[in-house]
Amino acid sequence: MQVATPIASVLLTMLLGAIIFELIGFDGPHAIYETFITPIVTSYKWQDVLTKAAPLIIIALGLSLGNQAKIWNIGAEGQYIIGALAGAGVAFFLPTAPGFLIIPLMIAAGVLGGMAWAAIPAWLKTRYNVSEVLSSLMLVYVALQVLNYLIGGPWKDPNGHNFPQTPPLTPAESLPNALPGTVIPPGFVVAVVLTLVFWLLTSRSVYGFSVRTVGAAPSAARYGGFDASRTVWSTLLISGGMAGLAGILEAMSQLGQINLGFPSGYGFTAIIVSFLGRLHPVGVFLAGLILAVTYVGGQVAQTVVHVPNATAGIFQATMLFFILASDILVRYRVRIIREAPRPKAATAEASA
Amino acid sequence: MSLAFIIDALVTVVGVTTPILLAATGELVVEKSGVLNLGIEGMMLIGAVTGFAVAFNYGPDLGDWAPWVAVLGAAVAGVVSSMLFAVLALSLGSNQVATGLALTIFGIGLSSLIGAGYVGMTVPSFDSVFPDWLAGDPFWRVLFGYSPLVYFALIMVFAVGWFLNRTRAGLVLRAVGENDNSAHSIGYPVIPIRYAAIAFGGALAGIAGSYFSMVITPMWAEQMTAGRGWIALALVVFSGWRAGRLLAGAYFFGILMTLELYAKASGFSFLPSQFWAAMPYIMAVVVLAVISARGVTGSEAPACLGRPFMPNA
Amino acid sequence: MQTPSTAGQAGGNRRGSCVSKSGRRMEAGKRGHVQVKAEAPLRLKLVGVSKSFPGVRANDNVHLSVRPGETHALLGENGAGKSTLVKMIYGVVAPDEGQILFDGAPVRISNPRAARRLGIGMVFQHFSLFEAMTVLENISLGLDSRLSSRELLAEFNRVLETYHLKLDPRRIVSTLSVGERQRIEIVRALLLNPRLLIMDEPTSVLTPQEVEQLFETLKRLASSGCSILYISHKLHEIVSLCDTATILRGGKVVAACDPKRETSRSMAEMMIGANLKEIAKPTARVFGPPKLEAQGLTLPKPTEFGVALRDVSLTVRAGEIFGVAGVAGNGQNELLSAMSGETLAPSAEAILLAGEAVGRMGVTERRNLGLCAVPEERHGHAAVSEFSLTDNASLTGRDRMELVRFGLIDPDKATNYAAEVIGAFTVKATGPGALASSLSGGNLQKFIMGREILQRPEALVVCQPTWGVDAGAAAAIHQAIVDLAARGSAVLVISQDLDELLTLCDSMAVINLGRLSKTLKVGEVSIEEIGLLMGGVHGDPSATIEMTEHLHAHPI
Repeated sequence: MQVATPIASVLLTMLLGAIIFELIGFDGPHAIYETFITPIVTSYKWQDVLTKAAPLIIIALGLSLGNQAKIWNIGAEGQYIIGALAGAGVAFFLPTAPGFLIIPLMIAAGVLGGMAWAAIPAWLKTRYNVSEVLSSLMLVYVALQVLNYLIGGPWKDPNGHNFPQTPPLTPAESLPNALPGTVIPPGFVVAVVLTLVFWLLTSRSVYGFSVRTVGAAPSAARYGGFDASRTVWSTLLISGGMAGLAGILEAMSQLGQINLGFPSGYGFTAIIVSFLGRLHPVGVFLAGLILAVTYVGGQVAQTVVHVPNATAGIFQATMLFFILASDILVRYRVRIIREAPRPKAATAEASA
Repeated sequence: MSLAFIIDALVTVVGVTTPILLAATGELVVEKSGVLNLGIEGMMLIGAVTGFAVAFNYGPDLGDWAPWVAVLGAAVAGVVSSMLFAVLALSLGSNQVATGLALTIFGIGLSSLIGAGYVGMTVPSFDSVFPDWLAGDPFWRVLFGYSPLVYFALIMVFAVGWFLNRTRAGLVLRAVGENDNSAHSIGYPVIPIRYAAIAFGGALAGIAGSYFSMVITPMWAEQMTAGRGWIALALVVFSGWRAGRLLAGAYFFGILMTLELYAKASGFSFLPSQFWAAMPYIMAVVVLAVISARGVTGSEAPACLGRPFMPNA
Repeated sequence: MQTPSTAGQAGGNRRGSCVSKSGRRMEAGKRGHVQVKAEAPLRLKLVGVSKSFPGVRANDNVHLSVRPGETHALLGENGAGKSTLVKMIYGVVAPDEGQILFDGAPVRISNPRAARRLGIGMVFQHFSLFEAMTVLENISLGLDSRLSSRELLAEFNRVLETYHLKLDPRRIVSTLSVGERQRIEIVRALLLNPRLLIMDEPTSVLTPQEVEQLFETLKRLASSGCSILYISHKLHEIVSLCDTATILRGGKVVAACDPKRETSRSMAEMMIGANLKEIAKPTARVFGPPKLEAQGLTLPKPTEFGVALRDVSLTVRAGEIFGVAGVAGNGQNELLSAMSGETLAPSAEAILLAGEAVGRMGVTERRNLGLCAVPEERHGHAAVSEFSLTDNASLTGRDRMELVRFGLIDPDKATNYAAEVIGAFTVKATGPGALASSLSGGNLQKFIMGREILQRPEALVVCQPTWGVDAGAAAAIHQAIVDLAARGSAVLVISQDLDELLTLCDSMAVINLGRLSKTLKVGEVSIEEIGLLMGGVHGDPSATIEMTEHLHAHPI
């Protein structure tokens, strides 16, 4: 059931998508083919797919951890942006530093930047009991304004014809688009390594156990010696750090400079990846690949079948709809074998 | 700072406030019933493109009625898209946060898809409600010069406030959001009530979206709501889930948004425009902290907000 | 069909005036007609009512008769089917078979509103209240009829006056005491002018004096012709309040009788269907040095609805079983949290474990030193329903049982530990991989107790060890506690079940409004005295009532 539902969601989305496109007037099946299949079978598209998959996977790994604890970080997009800005800021601050020094520094700054931005909702939740959903979400739009301000003001490229964008990063400050001799982007390697790390963390470690317990039953977690506040902090910081990492990796390898188009919505799409992957690191890895396929495929379909680029979002949302709908099947199994919930203050058990 | 400037500014404020007021009023009802629908932005865009499409395609046939029918179409589209959310969140008990986000992403994509053919076109807009001598008057237009949707928004927020606090149906809705299990044991239909609330929220969100495509600039552009849906969400939080404070907060946010516009346009560097743009969100977070910190007796967030309904019986 | 009254006239039954369904006896030697009195029709009559859920037959061919003005008790252990039966009467669920007759006419009660229309009111065990709203709004929500607020207020005052109740309509519910909240529920039901009032375990949250007040209200109600269906498992209350009793076991009616002619023990035996076993306790017990102590433990209340602990002091010696009695809501859970480490004490010396000051240590540290605890709530606190038994074993046992290395849990060791618990405590489960939610209450409680006891704690603190647990499992748990103490551990038992405490414990204290009474030696104190201590003032009933009212109404 855990594996079948994501697969079913993808297949159903493809089917439904084909039908809808037909109805609107496009060549449905062809659009679906270009979107979902072409990127997989066309080898020169693989690098694109892996490049897009990397940030999705990295962010979603972090989000899934928090989601297991029922801590919803909706602000990954904001943490992604701030992470990228922090890393870029380090580069601008030390323009002549050598590559082997500046790259780790930038990456570290990216992670810390994302963590710092996630620390705000963490503090608000543990100190003031503010919903992390609302606070992290609001901060995304604040982060966007910070970005706009910096690239339009203090960090504006003097040679950029007054466009709001930062100066491009020097080669010393950038990462190669792919590891030499392969189509694999360095970000993807990071994603693979992190997947394995998170897998070990969630399935075997005490920390992973504590996160699952906090999500399943907060009182039991406290009883088991797990501190809920610490879990809020750790999961938000980890997911914020992951988002920041993805952000700086993107800035360093993909674009070379940060402009208005930088926020690509990965922080939100990663939420879809997390759910589609059923919060499991390996599932998240595969789901990230699938969604990356739709991104790349969406561009292909735009050129070939002339459907607008935005339709990739429709597919992604539809997959999420299906997986959320199928949740009920997974939960129903758990429900019928569970005893009816117990009353608080007296004896009678509601079952039977 | 001349009078004309002030009038201009106030008119702008009212203009930017209206859509968020509409959307937030709808979301207020939804959240009072215990449901968190993050799909406002998506529903607004669907409403915007639908209203535009209706006006564009049927405008000539409908004449003066065109804008009204178009807005109605936008409302219906909003309701339909909200039902997508409702079925998942209510009947299937899915995670409301993820479902709402999915609706937003879906709405953005779908509206772009449908709107692809309409980019750059225009449609006829509303005539102002009041007669020209009043609506056009350089001074009085600050009160009387607006399209019907502006007044509709005001009427709605008062109506909703009265509904929630003075009618029995409103009491029941608040009860459902406060303690859905108790409401269920007493015998109130929790799920149908929430469906109705979500539909209402969808309708108003759709109408709010149509304000963009038919009043502010009577033309279509991709993602033209530009994140206003999120501000509406911030507004509901900022208002502490109270209709009166919602109205005041909306205009407060409207002032902030107007300041942003003026800052961008005139480039006055007292504070960067982005500061004003960020303020509504920062304020919402601050208010949230204040409300949540006060503990149970001061708390106004509906206790069941965002939690799926799991009857104990 | 024999009713309790006619069976009594038939005479010649060994169990007083009860008719046991398992041994139908014809009235030998009674000639002629049984006198048929021209009575009003039965207020409520259930004929052959049955209800099944997947996997369990909750009610099996139940017959029940309630006369007008009668106070009828519905007795049974947990899982006997009382709740389901009453849900059918109130229209929450529909019977699979059988008939319900109200005032002589067959009825179909499709939902609670229909039940209320017939004149059936119900006061639930768990209140359906809206914390953030006022008393009057809550009552308005509970009513079907649309009254204006003026009319409602008038009706509200009328009911208060008729039944001598006190309640302020403008108060926000979250500020009220438990007894006052129940009063809202009662007023809601009374506003219906009910002909049948169902009360589901009403006294589990009341002090003895509040119980008396409730009984007075009920007696007044009954004398005006309303029938009362009173669900409880508190035998002494039923004896004092009820006219008749129907006893359920395993979904079937096993007996119907007159409580005034029974003893608590005989009724308990009918409920359980077996003879109550005596707990094997070694008589001459020697206690060692103090192992678990609280010294002047004072804590503010954890939440708005919690109870502050005030200057709690107790000493449990090695080998001793110490009981803390009290009515629910007086600080029991707070005390357990303070002892287990879920709540930190203000000073380290407030709690001593074998002389060591542990008050500022967290749960894990205390466990490593040998202090284990079992909270009241099985689902969601002592165990996680969605987790397997293995995971639940790791929840508390991972350190003491050395399941962890380099931050990773060894899955084999965890499984073996769970299997050990299952075996040693005869837990009925499919294996260590079984989900906690698949176990019955009694089995899960056995597992939880076993999980802690196998960790060989120096001191064990348990809250409500046999809450909602069948008699067989309860006996096993009691024996395990006694054995643990016999091996030299100190055991602190917090329970609302006085009988349980009196059976198990060597010493006792009573917790009331967060304060602990002086330590009493079990065997040297009467139940009445304990009851008064639970109410707060020793020896002065009216002052107790006053003080309890006051303190409950304005929680400190």
